[in-house]
Amino acid sequence: MPEFTLSVNGQSHTVNVPGDMPLLWVLRDTLGLTGTKYGCGIAQCGACTVHLAGAATRSCVTPVAAVGARPVTTIEGLSPDGGHPVQRAWIAEDVPQCGYCQSGQVMTAAALLAAHPHPGDADIDAAMTNICRCGTYQRIRRAVHRAAGGV
Amino acid sequence: MARATQTRREFLETTAAIGTSLVIGFQLPAAGRRRVASFKPNAWLEVQPDGTVNIWTGRSEMGQGVRTAMPMIVAEELDADWQTVHVIQADADPAYGDQMTVGSRSVQTGWDPLRHAGAAAREMLISAAALTWGVPPAECHAERGVVRHASSGRSLGYGQLTERAATLSVPANPRLKSPAEYRILGTHVPRVDTPAKVTGRAQYGIDVRVPGMVFAAVARCPVFGGHVTSFDWAAARTLPGVTGVQQISRGVAVVADNTWAAFQGKRALRVQWDEGTNARWSSQSIHDAFVAAASRPGEAVRTTGDVTAALGGAAHTLDAIYDAPYLAHACMEPMNCTAQVTAGKAEIWAPTQNPQGIQREAARLLGIGPEAVTVHVTYMGGGFGRRGGPTDYATEAVELAQKLGKPVQVVWTREDDIQNGVFRPATYNVLRAGLDAAGRPVAWSHTLVGPDGPSFMITRGADELIYSIPNFRLTRVKEDPGIPVAPWRGVGPSQNGFIVESFVDELAHAAGKDPYDYRRTLVASQPRLVAVLDRAAERAGWRSPPPAGRHRGLALWQFGDTYVAEVAEVSVQPDGLPRVHRVVCAIDCGIVINPDTVEAQCQSNIVYGLTATLYGEIGIDRGRVVQSNFNDYPMLRLAQMPEVEVIIVPSDAAPGGIGEAALPAIAPAVCNAMFAATGTRIRRLPIAHGG
Repeated sequence: MPEFTLSVNGQSHTVNVPGDMPLLWVLRDTLGLTGTKYGCGIAQCGACTVHLAGAATRSCVTPVAAVGARPVTTIEGLSPDGGHPVQRAWIAEDVPQCGYCQSGQVMTAAALLAAHPHPGDADIDAAMTNICRCGTYQRIRRAVHRAAGGV
Repeated sequence: MARATQTRREFLETTAAIGTSLVIGFQLPAAGRRRVASFKPNAWLEVQPDGTVNIWTGRSEMGQGVRTAMPMIVAEELDADWQTVHVIQADADPAYGDQMTVGSRSVQTGWDPLRHAGAAAREMLISAAALTWGVPPAECHAERGVVRHASSGRSLGYGQLTERAATLSVPANPRLKSPAEYRILGTHVPRVDTPAKVTGRAQYGIDVRVPGMVFAAVARCPVFGGHVTSFDWAAARTLPGVTGVQQISRGVAVVADNTWAAFQGKRALRVQWDEGTNARWSSQSIHDAFVAAASRPGEAVRTTGDVTAALGGAAHTLDAIYDAPYLAHACMEPMNCTAQVTAGKAEIWAPTQNPQGIQREAARLLGIGPEAVTVHVTYMGGGFGRRGGPTDYATEAVELAQKLGKPVQVVWTREDDIQNGVFRPATYNVLRAGLDAAGRPVAWSHTLVGPDGPSFMITRGADELIYSIPNFRLTRVKEDPGIPVAPWRGVGPSQNGFIVESFVDELAHAAGKDPYDYRRTLVASQPRLVAVLDRAAERAGWRSPPPAGRHRGLALWQFGDTYVAEVAEVSVQPDGLPRVHRVVCAIDCGIVINPDTVEAQCQSNIVYGLTATLYGEIGIDRGRVVQSNFNDYPMLRLAQMPEVEVIIVPSDAAPGGIGEAALPAIAPAVCNAMFAATGTRIRRLPIAHGG
C-alpha cells in the first residue's frame, strides 16, 4: 500500500491507503475527521468541501494521491474555537437546520470570502452551489453578506 | 426511569470525554448508593445541585428545531434560566411516550405533557423553598432558576432546593402559565444545535465510531422485491480494505475496514438476481395501469350529498386529470445505521425518526425483548419521512452485526438511496366539478388511483376540503406496481395540495372570478383561513399589477391545526420553466414556540416542495429506478432560491405543526402563477418533465 504524507489542519499525517482513495474517506475513516460529509460521491452536492491550499475543493472526487504537499483544511481546522467570521455569521443567522450540508457550506463560503471579501449576490450564486435539502439558502446568502461585513 | 438514568450516565461519560465539568456526582454507580441530590421528578427534566437544568427531548432532531422547541416549553413552565439549560437526546424509551417524530406533531402532542412536567417541577421547587423558610408557598414565586420570597427578600437558587424538592410528591394539576406570562416561548431562542453544526462537531449516524467496528455496503436487487440467486466476490475480495462478504435478507453485504473500500467492493461484486415479478413495470406501463384502474369501481373514501345528480344539474361542469409522480426523499445524509449484537443484547446508533420502531424490529429479528435493545438517536441529516415509518436501513445493520459478531456501520451510497429506497406514491386523479349559475361549486368528484398504502399517504388532503361543497365524492382505486412507498414530507397533501388547489383555481377561472376573491368567499366562515389569505394577498400586492414579466399564483391550505396561504411570483424562462422570484407565506400555527423556527420551516417546506414541483420525478424502467444521484435527480440550489417572506399571524390557539404545513401550497401557487403567465394549466408534475 502506498504511503502519503498529508498536512491536515496544520498537522502532518502519514497514511497507508490506495492512491485512488478519495480524500473524503481518508479524512473521515482514516484520520477520524468526520466533520466533512459524504453526500453524493460525484462532486454534485458539496457536502464534502474542504480547502486545498485555500481553494474550496470537493474531497469526494479528489484522490489522495493528487493532494501532494498542498495543505488541507477541514471544518475542524477552520478556526480553533468556531470563531471564524463565517461560523459566527452562521450562528447569528441561525442558518443550519439538519446541518448535514453545513460543513461544506461553511467551507465554501470561507473560501469565497477569502477570494472576494465583499461578494455580490451574483458572486454568491456562482460560488455557493452546494445542495441543502432543508432549504437554508436564503439564510446562507444573508450569512455570507454578514460575514463580509455587509449586514 | 432506569433507562433514562442510564442515558444520563452515558451522556455524562460522553461529555466527560470532551472535558466538560458536568459529571461530578454521576460517575458513582447508581445501584445501592444514594446519588448526589439532584431533582428529577419526571423523564423530561432534572435540576442538579449546581443549578444546571437538564432537559431531555424525546423526539428526534432532523432540522426542524425540536431539540430546541421541546426544552423551551419545559423551561418556560419551570421558569428556568435558559442559559443554564442543557438539552439531551433521549434513547428509545417508553418513558417518553410515542417517540415517532412524524406528522409535524412533536410540539402539538408534547405541548401539554411538557408544560405539565415543567410546571410540576416549578411548584415542587417553590414548595421546597417555602418549607425551608417556613412560609406559605403562595408567598413565593419563581423566576429564572430562583425561588423568591418577596416580602422578606429571601431567595434560593433551584440548585439549592433539589434535595428537599426530591422528597415532595409530584402535583397532579400544576398551574400553567397564560400566554401573557411567557418570557421564553414566542421569543427567538437560538437553536441549541447550531454551534455544533457549524464546527463539524455534531454527530450524525454516519459519524458514529465504535471500537472494533467495520463498515459495510449492501448490493440490493435493482428490481423491487427481487432476491439474490448467487454471487461471486472474487474481484471484490482482492480490493485493499475489503475483509469479507455476507448474504443478508436484502442482498449481499461487502464488509471492509473503511466506507470507500466497502463501496468499491460492492461495485466489484457480481450478483445474479431473481428479479421477481416487478421487472415488467415502466413509468408508462404504470401510468397505463392507473388509467385503466380509474374506470374500475373503487372504495368510497368520503361521500356527501348526491354528486351525480348535482353534476347533472350544474350550470357548468369542468373535467381535469392530474398526475403526481413517485419521489425519493434524498436526505442529505444517506441512509446508514451502526449496530452491535452481543449475547442477547443489541446496541444501535441510528439517525432515525423512529427509535422505538427500530427497537421493536431489532428485537423481533433477534428474538429478544425490546428492553434488551438500546437505540441511541443521533442527529439526522434530514428525515422527511424516509427515516419515519421504514426501518429498513436499521434492520439490515442489525442482521449483519449479528452475523459478523462485531459492530458494523452499513452506509448506503447515494445511488442506493435513490434506487433502493422507498418513495412518495405516484397517483392518477380524475376530477369533475359542477358550478351553479353564480359560479359556486356545487359538486366535486375525485377518483384517485394509486398504490396500496395507508390513507394518510394517499387520500389525506383530498378527502376533506377546506371549501364547503354540498355534493362531494372521493373514490380511491388501488393499483399497486410494487414500488415500495413511504411517507414523504407533507404526506398525502404533498400531492393532493397540488391537485386540489390547482383545480380550485380552474373553478375560479371558469367562474370568471379572481382566484383570491373566489377562495375568500368559499372560506368566509373560517376566520383563520381568511386571515392568512388576506395577509398573504396584501403583502404580495395581489390587488396591484405584478412587476413587468411576472405573474402571481395563490394557494390556500389547512394542515392539521395550521393554516397557510402562499402567493408565488414567477416569470417564464426561455426553456418554459418558471423562475420563482418571490413567495409570500402567511401562516397561523397557533401559539408560536420559536418564531425563527417557524420562519425557517416555512422556507424549508417551500424549497422542498419547489424542488419537487420543478424537477422531482422517480422514473421506472424494467422495474428499476431510472435516476441515480443528484446529477439526474436534481435539487433546487441557492441561485434558484426565491425570496421567501413569512408572515406569522398571531394566535392564542394551541400550537399546530410547522414541519410540513407550508409544503402543500407551493406547487399549486407556482402552477397557478404559470397559468396566469401562459394560459396553459399544469396538471402533471414535475414541470421540467413536460408539465
